[in-house]
Amino acid sequence: MAAPSKPAESGADLELVGITKQFPGYRAIEELDLSIPAGSFFALLGPSGCGKTTTLRLIAGLEEPTSGRILIGGSDVTGQKPHERPVNTVFQSYALFPHMTILENVSFGLKRRGVSDYKVKAIEALKLVELDHLAGRKPSQLSGGQQQRVALARAVVNRPALLLLDEPLGALDLKLRRQMQLELKTIQTEVGLTFLHVTHDQEEAMTMADTVAVMNRGRIEQLGAPQELYELPRTAFVANFLGQSNLFTGEVLEATDALIALEVGGRRVVVPAARAARRSGQVTIGVRPEKLLLHLEEPSLDGVNTLGPGRVVDVSFSGVSTQYLVAVPGVGQIIVFSQNLVHGAVINRGATVWLTWSIEHGFGLEDIAETRPHFDDEASAPGLPGVVAEAV
Amino acid sequence: MAFTAFASDTALAPQQEPTKRGRVALLLLLPGLAYLAVFFLAPLISLILTSLQRPAEFGDFGQYEYAFNVDNYADVFGAYGGHIVRSIAYSSAATVAALLLGYPLAYFIAVTLRRWPVWQGLALTLVIAPFFISFLLRTLAWKQILSDEGPVLGFLQLVQVLPDGARLTGTDFSVIFGLTYNFLPFMVLPIYASLASLDLRLLEASRDLYANAWSSFWRVTVPLSLPGIISGSLLVLIPAAGDYVNASLDFLGGTGTAMVGNVIETLFIETGNYPEASALSVILMALILVPVAFYVLFTRTEDLI
Amino acid sequence: MRGMRGFGKWALPVYSVIAFVFLLIPIAYTIAFSFNDSRRSNISWRGFTLDNWFGVCQAQDVCTAFGKSIAIGLVATLVATVLGTMIAIALVRYRFRFRSSTTLLLFLPMATPEVVLGSGLAAQFLAAGVQKGMLTIVLAHIMFCISFVVVTVRARVASLDPALEEAGRDLYANPRQVFWRITFPLLLPGIVAAALLAFALSFDDFIITNFNAGPEVTLPKYIYTAAARGIPAEANVIASAVFLLAIVIVLAVQLTGAVRRKRLLQQ
Repeated sequence: MAAPSKPAESGADLELVGITKQFPGYRAIEELDLSIPAGSFFALLGPSGCGKTTTLRLIAGLEEPTSGRILIGGSDVTGQKPHERPVNTVFQSYALFPHMTILENVSFGLKRRGVSDYKVKAIEALKLVELDHLAGRKPSQLSGGQQQRVALARAVVNRPALLLLDEPLGALDLKLRRQMQLELKTIQTEVGLTFLHVTHDQEEAMTMADTVAVMNRGRIEQLGAPQELYELPRTAFVANFLGQSNLFTGEVLEATDALIALEVGGRRVVVPAARAARRSGQVTIGVRPEKLLLHLEEPSLDGVNTLGPGRVVDVSFSGVSTQYLVAVPGVGQIIVFSQNLVHGAVINRGATVWLTWSIEHGFGLEDIAETRPHFDDEASAPGLPGVVAEAV
Repeated sequence: MAFTAFASDTALAPQQEPTKRGRVALLLLLPGLAYLAVFFLAPLISLILTSLQRPAEFGDFGQYEYAFNVDNYADVFGAYGGHIVRSIAYSSAATVAALLLGYPLAYFIAVTLRRWPVWQGLALTLVIAPFFISFLLRTLAWKQILSDEGPVLGFLQLVQVLPDGARLTGTDFSVIFGLTYNFLPFMVLPIYASLASLDLRLLEASRDLYANAWSSFWRVTVPLSLPGIISGSLLVLIPAAGDYVNASLDFLGGTGTAMVGNVIETLFIETGNYPEASALSVILMALILVPVAFYVLFTRTEDLI
Repeated sequence: MRGMRGFGKWALPVYSVIAFVFLLIPIAYTIAFSFNDSRRSNISWRGFTLDNWFGVCQAQDVCTAFGKSIAIGLVATLVATVLGTMIAIALVRYRFRFRSSTTLLLFLPMATPEVVLGSGLAAQFLAAGVQKGMLTIVLAHIMFCISFVVVTVRARVASLDPALEEAGRDLYANPRQVFWRITFPLLLPGIVAAALLAFALSFDDFIITNFNAGPEVTLPKYIYTAAARGIPAEANVIASAVFLLAIVIVLAVQLTGAVRRKRLLQQ
């Protein structure tokens, strides 16, 4: 048999160079360049059909790229078959072999590579996921969460240079998912392997990963630390896929070294120049809903941007915070998250309000947000379900 | 799903479109398909060629040569038209009878027994049990049971349902009875398969929407089990139309019950009149192809097998 | 049908029980008459005996025919199962042109009356000058078994999650190891079911065999020819034994499956 590379003591780095994948009828991945440093926990985040799973399958060798190269630890593996690559996958459906016991599942890869003390190693791996007492069971006798851990042990036991996780927590319920997220992160730190985690759950990606790449339509839109992505999204897609954003598009009035100013709804709105990607013409800027403050009287403050007056068209209480939907003429509907510092909602539906945010909380995008049709007039039905749904 | 009633009803895994292609597929397919080409397609062509043969001019009696002798068809239509009509009538009657008898049984197993998997498994085993004992012995057993000395006829005469001197074997009834019995499981299994996947909440929804039990059955259950009804009917009709065991004199038939199959057997195996036997086979095949073609046209090719 | 009261509530179960009895009557009859103390013909009941069971091969013709049927069944099953399994895997896992013609070619043998299949093959052997015998019977049986094997195995392949094979490849198994350690063991229940079906079809086939057997006598052909003068009880013994064996196998499979499903329902 073709001897795969030696078990890695630590993770290796991964580099994708100009990867394109063409399927009959559509292009799943377009000229993708990506490099993941050794030992990191990297998340590939995107909506379904964005090409993230295809990327994973290309790295595992389960698909062949139309063009481009894949390098693991500096060596080119593009032409290698899956069983020759130092890569293991935790499959979305776990793909545990139903005709084998848990122990046989976990030792499968070790045996294929001719590791002599496979049993000891397999038990060790099962101990790592705290399932060594179930080694003799069949997969069908385990719960979903247990199966997930076996799938993880089965991959980790091989000490792959790179561990691929294909939405491994997707089938678990919310509570178990949160618990497994923490466990997975702990295990990654313990074993020191490079983890590449594919998910469509932005919260999952942000909780677990050192670096997150947001993928859309076969391209990477933005890559960085979770906090960086959240605080300074570069595109309208990232701004809305990773949390929620209020986006405003307007003409630039003034651009200095320190800031750029544009006209939004008849008011002058300012963004720090360091946080803006474009400096002239039409520009879209944004601000996160929790950064906004509501005022019942027109404020006159320095260092903040102000919009209004607008009318509160919907109030929904969600425990930790209250979400307000404010219709501002000439701007559209604006979402505001307000912490519940006092009991219940403070401002009622129909109230006239002004909105402010600190200048340093705004961000300017590389692209122009598509204007949403219902953003135009105040008369459009209050409590628009479309907008509320987006908040979920 | 049609003819897949024989397959175990395992839940389908998330199936992706097949993406692999290449020479492996050819290697996997070729031996089997070549076999069917040689031993299924070629014989059908052989059959047509043989059906057009004429007696050899300078040969012995019983020798034939290839020709384009359409007269064979005219001859067999003239001589065996009654047998053809009888085959159609018997097999249609058996199909209808099997449907009427089989549907309630399939419904009972698939729906009523759904909450008792062990009993359901047992009931399914009972349905297929006849397959495990010789087809011929089963038919012979009915011959004895329905015979002139048998218990059934005696009872029916005792309660005056049948007059003295009436017979059960050797009649239209006994042949249709035999065909129905022998192919009943082929009706029950596909209907069972389509009813087994029937979501009972649909019936509740129908009841909720003001349909009574009867109209729920006609407007929800029956349409949803239609694929099973259609494949079950074909699975009974096809073997029944070509059968010659039930109608044979030694089994449930009499002197006036011979079907096309009986004629083909006699002409081919006993008389050695291959052209006329083949012509009858071709006619039978053509008749069967009418419902089969409808079925193929209205079924996605993927679902044919 | 649901929700009917009184008569309606009991009508279906009662009808079904009668239908089951109806299905089983000839089987019971056949088994009962395997214990009949008969002489030449086995038509009327003449008393209970076990002689037929202990001296099955006293009726030599029956035993010889049985042996031939078994031999034919085994060979035909083996070949048809291998060919059919290969096709089933290709149908589910590969893309290829002529897909619908392939499907049609597999469907048609199941939609052709046996008498047409039998006479067609016989006409073919006649034209090719092939002597009829064991070989022609086996060739015929393989032909009509293939499609049924494809149907049965295909359902199993379709229920197999492709991710399992991918997991195998991912865990350092080469293509051969993936097939023998993952694909094949998981398909095995389907393949076994297909083989049992093929054997049952072959073992019980009379019509097609009759056209292609020549002088050879299989068990069904023996029964058919003997029907005129009376079947020896030994034939009933063999049929009953085969039946009981098959039913035990099927019951075991059905019940383990049902118990597993029941456990799932309770979870």
